Amino acid sequence: MPHANQRVAYGQALIDAGRVNDKIVVLDADLGGSTMGKMFETEFPGRHLEVGIAEANMTSMAAGLALVGKIPFTNSFAVFSTGRSYDQIRQSVAIGNVNVKICGSSAGLSDFGDGATHQSVEDIATMRALPNITVICPADPNEAYRATLAAVEHVGPVYLRISRADYESVTPEDKPFVIGEPVVMKDGTDVAVLATGYMVGPALKAAAALEGRVSVKVVNIHTIKPLDAEKVLAAVGSCKAVVTAEEHSIVGGLGSAVAEAMRGNPKPTEFIGVRDEFGRSAHNFNELMEHYELTPKAIEEAVLKMNK
Amino acid sequence: MFDKDVVKYLEGKARDLRRNVVYSVGVNYPGHIGGSFSAADVMAALYFHKMKHDPQNRYMADRDRVILSKGHIAILQYSALAEAGYFPKEELRDTKQLYSMLQGHPDLIKSGHIGIEAGTGSLGQGLSIGCGMALGLRMDNNPATTYVIMGDGELAEGQNWEAAMAAARFGLDNLVAIVDKNDKQAQGTIEGRFSLGSIADKWRAFGWNVLEIDGHDMEDILKGLYAAGEAKGVPSVIVSSTVKGKGLDFSEAHPVGFHNAPLTQEQYDAAMAVFSGEEN
Repeated sequence: MPHANQRVAYGQALIDAGRVNDKIVVLDADLGGSTMGKMFETEFPGRHLEVGIAEANMTSMAAGLALVGKIPFTNSFAVFSTGRSYDQIRQSVAIGNVNVKICGSSAGLSDFGDGATHQSVEDIATMRALPNITVICPADPNEAYRATLAAVEHVGPVYLRISRADYESVTPEDKPFVIGEPVVMKDGTDVAVLATGYMVGPALKAAAALEGRVSVKVVNIHTIKPLDAEKVLAAVGSCKAVVTAEEHSIVGGLGSAVAEAMRGNPKPTEFIGVRDEFGRSAHNFNELMEHYELTPKAIEEAVLKMNK
Repeated sequence: MFDKDVVKYLEGKARDLRRNVVYSVGVNYPGHIGGSFSAADVMAALYFHKMKHDPQNRYMADRDRVILSKGHIAILQYSALAEAGYFPKEELRDTKQLYSMLQGHPDLIKSGHIGIEAGTGSLGQGLSIGCGMALGLRMDNNPATTYVIMGDGELAEGQNWEAAMAAARFGLDNLVAIVDKNDKQAQGTIEGRFSLGSIADKWRAFGWNVLEIDGHDMEDILKGLYAAGEAKGVPSVIVSSTVKGKGLDFSEAHPVGFHNAPLTQEQYDAAMAVFSGEEN
């Protein structure tokens, strides 16, 4: 059964991992119904901790749990689990390389109705700036499931970016998830589109639309940190230009990470992302994607521009 | 009542810790002497009497834990750990030197192997870490106690009160907070800078078992620590009234100045003479 959406896939992965690993502890700050921490709570009430609307305490508590051998997952909307807890992540978790998993749920623009206060366009940038943290942004529901299992196995802090948008998977259900490995989704020789998260799907659509005109390579960068320069260069291969695509600000996100990785061997690069502004309310997710030009069409145009 | 020999032994250990603090600060470079001296007696009672721990078996599962939420007095915890035998006392002199394991604030990666249990330094996070530890230990039916040493100035950080609510809500009777109430913060007196009102009443309002002690009276300290261990179903806090800079005339006279200050050679020599233990 394909997973319905990322957050349910995440909740299911926690349950499946929790069945075989009793060290997993799930913390929620009164958003378990959205983060899907409630799925774990139903299954393992003794290992789910409702800590109240207090994200800073949740994060440092998770550090304490990890320091006595637990594998804690903190859950809130990405803006809160990273923003309200930034210093706790930095001081209690990252400096000590403590084995805490931070779930940024309702990430990006996926909490479409709530507007700028609840939409995270800078969480990848802030988390990626912290040494020791692995930053994972799964492409789709299937990958969210597999990435969650990989986060359990990884020893060290992980930031896991989970969308609440409903969309179909473009990655398989059963392929192993290897942290740090770019995944070539479609081969091509002219322009490489490096996409992360939700934008992998639109990138594939753009490549299909350009079939016969431009040979587009599509690479899923599910791990934004660590991002190995050699692997990025190998993923770009002989393509003459690069387009990055992310549901995140162009400041400090995937585009920046790719540009940093390619700084010794640069190629012309264009960024598709939110252009240094906050989110806004809309009646549905697709309206926001259109507004911020995070669409197959926008990727197509960028590819055509870079293919000149 | 506690055995007079035990009390005398611990008073001697507190003096040793203060001497180690002075040794680790040395001359010319600043160190957090004031807050270290106010908490030294409690630290001695923990490491040399109340806590279960073993430098020869430092990762034993049921060891009691100390989290230094007021991480700026790392030199006091290093002094206790060195005195207990976790590492050679001579290495205290390397504190804050480039490449030293003894960082300005407790660092898990660089000094986890010498008994540091949590990274602290950004104030207000230690009690939350302690909550997580105490919960995790209880989940495993581990009998260990988690002690969190906090400052009173630090209580202005809101996260402490998030943690205070959480500890009460989870009924963490294996968690003991110790507020080193020296009435001072970095820029002056707490009363004058950011008055907190009754600290004890605040903790009571949050559902904690509250004990108030004289933090320089070893018998009182022991009474508080044992009473904290007896409370069931609720976390305990020991509000320990202390004097910042306790132990030296010049640091007691200028507690704010000695929050983080260097010693002159003269002051260093005078301090070493006071804490030499030779008068005993």
